[in-house]
Amino acid sequence: MTKSLRLLKKVIKAENLKKEYRNGEIVTKVLQEISFEIKQGEFVAIMGPSGSGKSTLMHILGFLDRATSGDYHFEGREITKLKDDELAFLRNEKVGFVFQSFNLLPRTTVLDNVKLPLTYSHSKKNVDEIAKKVLESVGLGHRLNYYTNQISGGEKQRVAIARALVNNPSVIFADEPTGNLDSKSGVQIMEILQDLNEQGNTIILVTHETYTSEHAKRIIKIRDGKIEDDYSVAKRRLARDGEVLK
Amino acid sequence: MFNQYRQCFKVSIRALLANKVRSFLTMTGIIIGVSAVIIIMAVGAGAQSLILAQVKTLGTDLIGVLPGKAEEDGPPASIMGIIITTLTYDDAVAMAESKNVPNVTAVVAYTKGTGTAVWGANSYDTNLSGCTTGYMEVESGEVLNGRFFNKEEEKDLSRVAVLGSTVKEELFGESEAVGQKIKIKKQSFEVIGVMKERGTVAFQDYDDQIFLPIKTMQKLVAGVHHLGLIRAKVDDEENIAIAVSDIEALLRERHGIIDSSGRGDDFTVRNAAQALDMITVITDALRYFLAAMAAMSLIVGGIGIMNIMLVNVTERTREIGLRKAVGANNADISNQFLMEAISVTLLGGLIGVIIGIFISYLIALGAHFLGYEWAFIVPPLSIILAVVVSMLVGLVFGLYPARKAAKLDPIEALRYE
Repeated sequence: MTKSLRLLKKVIKAENLKKEYRNGEIVTKVLQEISFEIKQGEFVAIMGPSGSGKSTLMHILGFLDRATSGDYHFEGREITKLKDDELAFLRNEKVGFVFQSFNLLPRTTVLDNVKLPLTYSHSKKNVDEIAKKVLESVGLGHRLNYYTNQISGGEKQRVAIARALVNNPSVIFADEPTGNLDSKSGVQIMEILQDLNEQGNTIILVTHETYTSEHAKRIIKIRDGKIEDDYSVAKRRLARDGEVLK
Repeated sequence: MFNQYRQCFKVSIRALLANKVRSFLTMTGIIIGVSAVIIIMAVGAGAQSLILAQVKTLGTDLIGVLPGKAEEDGPPASIMGIIITTLTYDDAVAMAESKNVPNVTAVVAYTKGTGTAVWGANSYDTNLSGCTTGYMEVESGEVLNGRFFNKEEEKDLSRVAVLGSTVKEELFGESEAVGQKIKIKKQSFEVIGVMKERGTVAFQDYDDQIFLPIKTMQKLVAGVHHLGLIRAKVDDEENIAIAVSDIEALLRERHGIIDSSGRGDDFTVRNAAQALDMITVITDALRYFLAAMAAMSLIVGGIGIMNIMLVNVTERTREIGLRKAVGANNADISNQFLMEAISVTLLGGLIGVIIGIFISYLIALGAHFLGYEWAFIVPPLSIILAVVVSMLVGLVFGLYPARKAAKLDPIEALRYE
């Protein structure tokens, strides 16, 4: 009962989102009239070829960018008109990012990397405890004091996931998280993301690969800045089954 | 909040250590600037104490009378080489009379000039000090050989001369000087004495002069009637103020000056305490001026800091993007880079203070070795100033790079290759 109620709760509501870049006289339309909703606990893949606008969409949804027009509500709150610092606050409190190129801090330990979002959070205590717990949950409890140049690519991405989780966000954005990994590590990452989704986390995966996108429960296909298709995955791939990503 | 600053500091140190050579080179400007300021302040203080100590050995119980009126506490015009003829031999004689100025125990009057002394084939350019016999008591002169001239010789245009030790050395070398005849301005003088070596005190070389009786100097050598300076010794330091006002009253009366406020005076009375103050003021001004010049190099250092911080911001663009992505706002980013700039300059400042103190100590040690009574003084103010200024340099020159970092667009920054 509680689960079904929670599933109904809207996290993201996008209405007629548009994004244009103006370079002198030339206007490039990156996103046009994008509308959709995402509820809590969903695992959505935003899929499309490069240049389709999927990354821009993720940036807008993740408070890194603003739409040129349209409405964006996050947990019922109007986002479009917020100031820079308010967006920074929301990025810190409400979302976590996993990037293709990991974006870990160099010359910094795994633990300190994961603690990074907490240093910008004004209310958190027991920072070390929380960071350690999250790192253990992604299987990196033994790497706490390693420097980021001493661990493998798959481990780096797991550190990045831990960093995305450490603030207990409402939504996790993963932008081509397996793009820089070998297939074995890629599978591990998808398994972690699926597990996190099973635990109730809302996940938005951005990818250009159909295969990767089929690990999600729902796919939103973007092409030329428009939603081409939006459907539930009928035959979902489970990383746990040992399938290897190509 | 505190945690954030600690983290910020940690990041700063890590960034500094990541590029050790670069950080050090960046700091050198600040290090050199700060140590230069410290050295100048310390050496200045040492030199000042040396000069003041020497002036004190001249006696703080002396009163000087200079021709011409002084502005406020500044020196009278006669110091600047303008000839003022208001003081006469008779003024000096009157000052020495105890009914006029009871606290004065001895008076010496001077008329000074320069000239060439010749003995045989040797000649030497030196200072000629026409003075009264009071010199021996007032200036605590000591004769090494022969004698000083006496009262009669002072008045009757005797052609006698007493040599300072340097002059004796230059003209006669090892030979006996007393009894010999020397020529000054084509006139013949008998050397009757040689003074003991005394050295340079407060910019004045006591050994490089020839003493002549004042009348002889005025009439036969210089061709003038006025005095350049009168010095009086007071029986007790406590009576200086009384003696000064007695002398002022006496001279006003003798010069027919009715205005007793001092505004109409054609002379200036100074005591050693005032001289000490004046020397302090002058040397302080010199020190601060030099320190300010040295501080200029801090600005150059600051520009270096700004340059490196700009490189730093560019190099770490992705890091800035990531930090923004995980929730850092513009102020967080700006603070971090400011903190880094300040860390560099503060560290450079501290190293500069240590090097500056070390070199100042070496200089003091060297001065001691050369036999000067040199005090090793590092004014605490100069340390505080150096540290604060170096922090300020970091703040000022870190501001622009920090703002540039804060203004970066997170998406652009994350994409930066």
